[in-house]
Amino acid sequence: MKKTYNIDNKGYYGEFGGAYIPEMLYPNVEELRQNYLNIMAETSFQDEFDQLLKDYVGRPSPLYFAKRLSEKHNTKVYLKREDLNHTGAHKVNNTIGQILMAKRLGKTRIIAETGAGQHGVATATVCALMGMECIVYMGEIDIARQAPNVARMKMLGAEVRPALSGSKTLKDATNEAIRDWINNPVKTHYIIGSAIGPHPYPDMVTRFQSIISKEIKWQLNKKEGRENPDFVVACIGGGSNAAGTYYHFIDDEDVGIIAIEAAGKGIQSGESAATSVLGKEGIIHGCKTLLMQTSDGQITEPYSISAGLDYPGVGPLHSHLYTSGRAEFFSATDDEAMAAGLELTQLEGIIPAIESSHALAIFSHKTFKPDDIVVISLSGRGDKDLQNYIDYFNL
Amino acid sequence: MNRINKKLQEAKKLLSIYFTAGYPNLNDTVSILQRLEKSGVDMVEIGLPFSDPLADGPTIQASSTEALKHGMTTKTLFNQLKDIRKTVSIPLLIMGYFNPILQYGVDAFCQECQNIGIDGLIIPDLPVNVYNEHYRKTFEKYGLVNVFLITPQTSEERIRFIDSVSNGFIYMVSSASTTGAKTGFGQEQTAYFKRIANMNLNHPQIVGFGISNQETFCQATQNAKGAIIGSAFIRFLDNNNIDDIKTFINSIRNA
Repeated sequence: MKKTYNIDNKGYYGEFGGAYIPEMLYPNVEELRQNYLNIMAETSFQDEFDQLLKDYVGRPSPLYFAKRLSEKHNTKVYLKREDLNHTGAHKVNNTIGQILMAKRLGKTRIIAETGAGQHGVATATVCALMGMECIVYMGEIDIARQAPNVARMKMLGAEVRPALSGSKTLKDATNEAIRDWINNPVKTHYIIGSAIGPHPYPDMVTRFQSIISKEIKWQLNKKEGRENPDFVVACIGGGSNAAGTYYHFIDDEDVGIIAIEAAGKGIQSGESAATSVLGKEGIIHGCKTLLMQTSDGQITEPYSISAGLDYPGVGPLHSHLYTSGRAEFFSATDDEAMAAGLELTQLEGIIPAIESSHALAIFSHKTFKPDDIVVISLSGRGDKDLQNYIDYFNL
Repeated sequence: MNRINKKLQEAKKLLSIYFTAGYPNLNDTVSILQRLEKSGVDMVEIGLPFSDPLADGPTIQASSTEALKHGMTTKTLFNQLKDIRKTVSIPLLIMGYFNPILQYGVDAFCQECQNIGIDGLIIPDLPVNVYNEHYRKTFEKYGLVNVFLITPQTSEERIRFIDSVSNGFIYMVSSASTTGAKTGFGQEQTAYFKRIANMNLNHPQIVGFGISNQETFCQATQNAKGAIIGSAFIRFLDNNNIDDIKTFINSIRNA
């Protein structure tokens, strides 16, 4: 049998993954585990999912040959334009899939966590679309610094509940969403926004996001006469855009997989989110994965200028890709990412989300050959980050 | 025989108390345990604080955050407890999330528990199947009772499986909730307590979550071996001196 880096039948990627959850969550997670693959395989599900991705999200997202960026770095760079999706990022691929899943499971109430607010907006959007009750947990500190997304969610009819515990950011919003699920076990579905959480979430989110690499294959074939690029590049917080970008290439070892984490102010600065370097194996939000923690096993607070990469763990798939050596991991500092974002803006007329700017910072860390084909996931657009760019560049 | 199993054979209804180690003050652990025993408490769960306690409501979250701020660590707790068996003889369990135990090393953690005289563990996010496959032998090697939770949503088949893996008591979570969330029991809970009692499981059940006073203690123990009070005790510690612990315990026990 061909070697696979994908999930095994017990819900693990190598030694990572599983479902380390309190018994209170077991019936919900087990219901999902028993049904998700069957539901995703239903023709009616696939038809509805495909139709919404096409007509509502605007897929396929273009695979754009970035000519001037390619010339600058002396290689062939394609950008997978997830930034052109409805709501401005890849997040909506997953929320469309999960809201359809929730409907088929008979759920009427949706909860979600959000950091910067992108996943919260994508969840509030599909709840508005389907007429479902929506509650989004968001750290009190993030609510204060992401006011436009809070307003969007409210306008879409969602209730935004502040997470007041711990550090009052993304990891605490995730804790609060999990606690809500414990307290509302029957009619509620939890739409996790990244490739994290107890099995089957990392696999389910990865499958919904895998539309990204599915499209890359046929789009690249049309443009270059080959389905596989030499490299696929994505930024990683929890890792959902990366998981989707890698998915159809994971077991094709002639495709190089590159992950860029957020180094923040520098890996050793104490203000970083570079989990592969700083993390150790442990349990966070229901899965075994690499996470940043003290020697005593307390989860620590990450830092990045990009709120979407500001998570103390990575999804279990990525932990496996890292420790097995299948993927190359790099980390970009705030400064490198901001410079790469500005470079893309000025060479190609595209303002990227700061998360995606981290992926673009690969050129500060790796030199490609002139005839290499490098596909970079442009996971989101920069509108939401305008204030950060203004502050950083004194615009 | 493990102290927990001996205690479970006594005829009376058992009162068990949970508190977070390192709260209200870093070095209160031993004093609280001694006062709980003197007040007639049957068993104690010592909470090992964690930064991200998923199953806990605001009261225990806040006490955990405070305890960590005070500097509580796994090593500190073991140090505080090293002579505990010289003064305290009731069964003691450590209740904590899996990650700090994993980082300490499961084998080393269990061994240290045995050295100190800890009788059992409650680890809400260590699922029964993972325990059974990977850790059961280690727990048993060090003579530890491991306690699993069941909830009103747990299927009969799974309850029977949990019963078969258990070696002390079953922690019966009173309702679908985090700790400290609900007050008082309705018909739904009473029916659930009865349903479980009628299953005639091999291991006795002790009810937790939502027990805060004499009334809820009596309701919970009508069909179960005992009950656990956590959040309500921590709220008492918020507002009272630890020397007054007996007042709290008397208010539950003395009908």
